[in-house]
Amino acid sequence: MKSTLKPLVLNIALLALAFLLSVSFGSVGIPLPSLLRLTIGSLTGLTFNLDWSETFAAIFYQIRLPHTLLVALTGASLAGSGAAYQGLFRNPLADPYLIGAASGAGLGAIIAMSTSLTSSLLGSFAIPAAAFVGSMVTVMVVYVLSRTGRIVSTTTLILAGVAMSSFTTAMTSILMIGAQGEVRRALSWLLGGSVSGGWQPVIVALPYMIFSLGALGLLGHVLNVLQFGDEQASQLGMPVERARIVVIVAASLATAAAVSFSGIIGFIGLIVPHIARILWGPDYRGLIPLSVLGGATALLLADLVARLVLAPEVLPVGIITALAGAPFFIWVLRRSK
Amino acid sequence: MSMLEIQSLEANYGSRKVLKGLSMTVEEGEVLALIGPNGSGKTTLIRSASGALPWVSGCVLANGQDISRLTEQQRARLISVVPQARDLPDAFPVRQTVLLGRTPYLGWLGVAEAGDRHKVEWALERTGTHALAERRIGELSGGEQQRVLLARALAQETPIMLLDEPTAHLDLHHQSGLLQLVKQLAVEGKKAVLMALHDLNLAALYADRVALLVEGELVSLGKPEDVLKKEILEPAFQVPIAVITHPVYGTPLILPDGRP
Repeated sequence: MKSTLKPLVLNIALLALAFLLSVSFGSVGIPLPSLLRLTIGSLTGLTFNLDWSETFAAIFYQIRLPHTLLVALTGASLAGSGAAYQGLFRNPLADPYLIGAASGAGLGAIIAMSTSLTSSLLGSFAIPAAAFVGSMVTVMVVYVLSRTGRIVSTTTLILAGVAMSSFTTAMTSILMIGAQGEVRRALSWLLGGSVSGGWQPVIVALPYMIFSLGALGLLGHVLNVLQFGDEQASQLGMPVERARIVVIVAASLATAAAVSFSGIIGFIGLIVPHIARILWGPDYRGLIPLSVLGGATALLLADLVARLVLAPEVLPVGIITALAGAPFFIWVLRRSK
Repeated sequence: MSMLEIQSLEANYGSRKVLKGLSMTVEEGEVLALIGPNGSGKTTLIRSASGALPWVSGCVLANGQDISRLTEQQRARLISVVPQARDLPDAFPVRQTVLLGRTPYLGWLGVAEAGDRHKVEWALERTGTHALAERRIGELSGGEQQRVLLARALAQETPIMLLDEPTAHLDLHHQSGLLQLVKQLAVEGKKAVLMALHDLNLAALYADRVALLVEGELVSLGKPEDVLKKEILEPAFQVPIAVITHPVYGTPLILPDGRP
């Protein structure tokens, strides 16, 4: 565990940098020096002579800060759950997007949205709950379908994931066409772009994500034992069935919270844990926290590109992650053969 | 009371009967070798006795306790297993693999105390894998992997140890080295050791008793010199053999016979 301290510090530093960049850049740029002075000022209680206008303040507090927080939390949840799914399936290609967890969550969320319950704040807590159910059911089905004998082979995993993704996406499309008023909103949400809406989604998402990521962070040892297969894990004293369910619940909750507010964003859950594993080794006690931090950083950077590349037009961030992630996926697939 | 007691155990793979009512006991400090042709049920018996494979009827008692009534954790404090070295997560470092042997004492978070780390170092030392501690298991040879798995089972500190073909892919030097170590550990640690063994001559040299399985049935059980006999082995393996006496140890030495 000694060796995880350095990468942990490095990742926190990178995340802080990405966070500052994300808050700074946008259709209206907030100069980085002012931002730094504001940050240092609010951390230390010192007051600086700020060139900080009312407009900057409004953009910063009402738009940029909640947006950045939600993007970071989404990236953290996707990468954290991706790392956990990879450990659970014992397969480096498991990812909330590829195994259908994300589209299952999407279906659950759409079902909740298309009912009239969800207009209030209390109702908006129901969206992640429904997404959670959708995602968990999908993962369990994929898990059962893809397990042939003792291990989950890449072929059956991807096939089962694609089949379940297509099925849940088709169901989602049917519901979206049915619910006329919601179509526009749901469509952009589904593409993984509508990370917006001020503080409310942040407040709703935060408890789900903190709980699920906290749980995943504590499951490192369990995932380590599961790497040796069910039989050895059981012989080492691990209640395998129960351990698996705890991992599925925590990972699906994180995925569902991310999908509920940011839509379906692919490949973050694949790329980030994979890079963390290559750089810092397979110990899940370190891998989960590092993936969580790295996921937040990676999605912040992807979101930054999405906002800047065709400015003032904002691309859905899912397009950026897919553009970068699909080639990476193919590379991993070829390497893992 | 015997440390490990297997009573009329029956187990199936699907609808095929693999174990047909086997009974045997293993005492403290004793090594019992399971021998028999391929498919005779040796590995199945090891897996069943470890609790990893459910059985149809009969029971397994570890230190007098019915293992089907124990939790995984309780069971893993009584029985450790050295599986065949395959399906291992290649990138895992050796020391950490051995540390997983402490799982039954650690709880869900896996927080290892100084005592746990001490036992891991001892197990590495005892199995001669200390020099490999920083390596990844995927980089090791089959023999080294087998010793790492033995270290993990040692770190588990159980009165019963099960081994599944521990010498399967080892060369001559490593075969005898590993089995000598197993025998020493059984005596020192007062462990009851049950191991499936392919090689009859290794069983003759290193086992206190030998159990011959054929098609899921116990054909013969006793001291090597009482079981490893021409008239018992020939029908079991359906091959002509000759049994002579080991020139140094006086144990049976089994040779193929019937050259054309």
